[in-house]
Amino acid sequence: MNFDFSDDQKFLKSEARKFLEARCTSAVVRGVLDDPDRSYDQDLWKAIAAQGWLGAAIDEAHGGLGLGRIELCAIAEELGRSLAPIPFASTVYFVAEALMLAGSEAQKARWLPKIAAGEVIGCFATVERPGVLTEAAVQARVEGGRLTGVKLPVTDGDIADLAVVLAKSGGASGLYLVELAAPGVERETLQTLDPTRSAAKLTFNGAAAEPLGEAGDGMNLAETLLNRAAVLLAFEQVGGADKALDMAKAYALERYAFGRPIGSYQAIKHKLADMYVKNELARSNAYYGAWALNAGAAELPVAAAAARVAACDAFWYAAKENLQTHGGMGYTWDVDCHLYYRRAQQLGLVAGGAKAWKERLVSSLERRNVA
Amino acid sequence: MDFNDTPEEAAYRATARAWLEANAPKRSGGRAESDLDDPSSMDASRAWQRKKAEAGYACITWPKEWGGGGGAQWQAVIFGQEESGFDAPANPFTIGLGMCVPTVMAVGNQADKERFVRPAVRGDEIWCQLFSEPSGGSDVAAARTRAVRDGDQWVINGQKVWTSGAHYSDFGLLLARTDPDVPKHKGLTMFWIDMKAPGVEVRPIHQMSGASNFNEVYFTDLRISDAQRIGEVGAGWGTSLVTLMNERLAIGGGGGASHRQVLKLAREISTLTGLAAKDNGLREKIADWFIQAEGIKYTRYRTLTALSRGQTPGPESSIGKVVGAALMQDMANTALELEDQFGIISDPASAPLSGAFQSALMAAPGLRIAGGTDEILRNIIAERVLGLPQDVRLDKNVAFKDIPTGR
Repeated sequence: MNFDFSDDQKFLKSEARKFLEARCTSAVVRGVLDDPDRSYDQDLWKAIAAQGWLGAAIDEAHGGLGLGRIELCAIAEELGRSLAPIPFASTVYFVAEALMLAGSEAQKARWLPKIAAGEVIGCFATVERPGVLTEAAVQARVEGGRLTGVKLPVTDGDIADLAVVLAKSGGASGLYLVELAAPGVERETLQTLDPTRSAAKLTFNGAAAEPLGEAGDGMNLAETLLNRAAVLLAFEQVGGADKALDMAKAYALERYAFGRPIGSYQAIKHKLADMYVKNELARSNAYYGAWALNAGAAELPVAAAAARVAACDAFWYAAKENLQTHGGMGYTWDVDCHLYYRRAQQLGLVAGGAKAWKERLVSSLERRNVA
Repeated sequence: MDFNDTPEEAAYRATARAWLEANAPKRSGGRAESDLDDPSSMDASRAWQRKKAEAGYACITWPKEWGGGGGAQWQAVIFGQEESGFDAPANPFTIGLGMCVPTVMAVGNQADKERFVRPAVRGDEIWCQLFSEPSGGSDVAAARTRAVRDGDQWVINGQKVWTSGAHYSDFGLLLARTDPDVPKHKGLTMFWIDMKAPGVEVRPIHQMSGASNFNEVYFTDLRISDAQRIGEVGAGWGTSLVTLMNERLAIGGGGGASHRQVLKLAREISTLTGLAAKDNGLREKIADWFIQAEGIKYTRYRTLTALSRGQTPGPESSIGKVVGAALMQDMANTALELEDQFGIISDPASAPLSGAFQSALMAAPGLRIAGGTDEILRNIIAERVLGLPQDVRLDKNVAFKDIPTGR
């Protein structure tokens, strides 16, 4: 039994934390939050690329560090903790994974080294309307190698170079690579609940679209990618939830009311204890997800769903109760509580909401028990 | 026990509705947020208040001699219900008419009442409440803003925070420390302040929702007359309790997104197993929310019935807020989850129901804190309603200046 990061992974994680504590301060996050013309922090992105993190799970032959998914999970946790305002998730958890999962040798050779070097930003475009992603709801279509349709919201769609798009050809769904600087692509930045993570409406009008993976396999591939991303995002959520708990604890120790620190009141103690328990359960489920992801295990659908739902619950609770613990100050723009509150929503929705994942989890359990 | 209108109530309702139909703008269906910083919006609000006052529909339960309607609580309830069906302008008068001016009427002298009540009822003057401070929000009795006697004047120095509407208010109800050497509850005095006086500085607070509806208010050597004192020196705490109890009644109504809106959304959205409106899990939640919201509404009716029988609003009115605020937050989060990836979009032009759930998500945290946090309200219910023993207190029989503050 070894259900913890290895010493090397712990070292990587603590170095990542130090790096981000220095390079991704609250001011850096707010620099993106407060400026409508900034979708991400370019300097931070370059610095992270220089660390090699973008290629942590990409093999050395394709310009990566050739470490593995567990290392990527460790990095993800620290990125989540620091609220890094960069397109890491879109590029690494979705587009790099899509290439590694379904790309041809030519596609991998063309794109993975650029991703690892931080030269290409990716985005994953699936939904077109409110509600869970379903094959029936996909209207975007590819005919003769040309994509037509509208996708929104596409996280990082406004800054990405390369999109992986779920569309239909001849009625069957598939994934497609689309270079967003090419003709036939219009993008409109969207106003969202978390301005530190940008999103766009992408309108395609005959844009060149190259198949990624087998025709007709679009939904299966998308679901596999969502499972993988769910685990990695769960680590970001756990990182954010832990930071929210740290903030709540620090404030509870320093803030006095009625002559005592507010942390001496049972209501606050119980609240923070509940945060701790949810965070640890989410962490444990995320670890199992990390194992399943790294091992390519058949358990991944269940593990990923459990990791995602636990992490969504933990981060939502931690973020809103951290804010509550801060009282009126927590409701102000200048105190960081709302940054975690917004990111909890963004991470809770970007790979689909917890309700759908609960349904997928039970469906997977039913299939597993029948087999 | 009767929720139907008696013939008398039905007649009043019909009259009120006819008056509103003749005088109020119709509800358009999606009300955009009025900006009270915009002069024309404030003008519209004042004009509407004046119109109601002239017809006896402003402050319906207040005596006619003070510009009120001289009517009964049931009339105020009915008029309020009818008014909510119309697109009335934003109301910046609730703090003044709901909390500050009732305090003046309860504790102030005849001169205070003659000066302040009628103009407030007519919407000519607006009030704000100057209680909370950076060092004491829940702990309002720990107010540090100092009022030092100087002949027949007082000199005020200090800072208030979370003051809604201070930027457009004419007057403020100020709770100040007049004696730091006695236990905290005994060293407070209430005053009224001219918000436009030199020595008063209002600075907006940027809220997490993006708006700035409340403020910090700084007092620097503000000189006021002893005639501006409301009640006895050292009696401020008792007076503030009158204000705070009315505040809970005013805020306790809930609001924001409703179960009806969730159902509307659910009819247009699919889950993995079909139409969201048919989803059992969601249907159970909608039932729970409805029951909570209706429970809050009918609990308010019980409170209003008690009021109309001459009883003072008790701590039971904390129920509305402690349930309503968390309900709003839970409902918004669930609705966003239902919208799935799309839920992150907050632009009212693109988001379902004009972004009602996104707005509610960002407003709900404030409601769980303002007017008594969830935690404080539960303590009040436990201690003042149920009679459970208070926590051991370190701040009750100690001179205010000796209470630990961690600094």
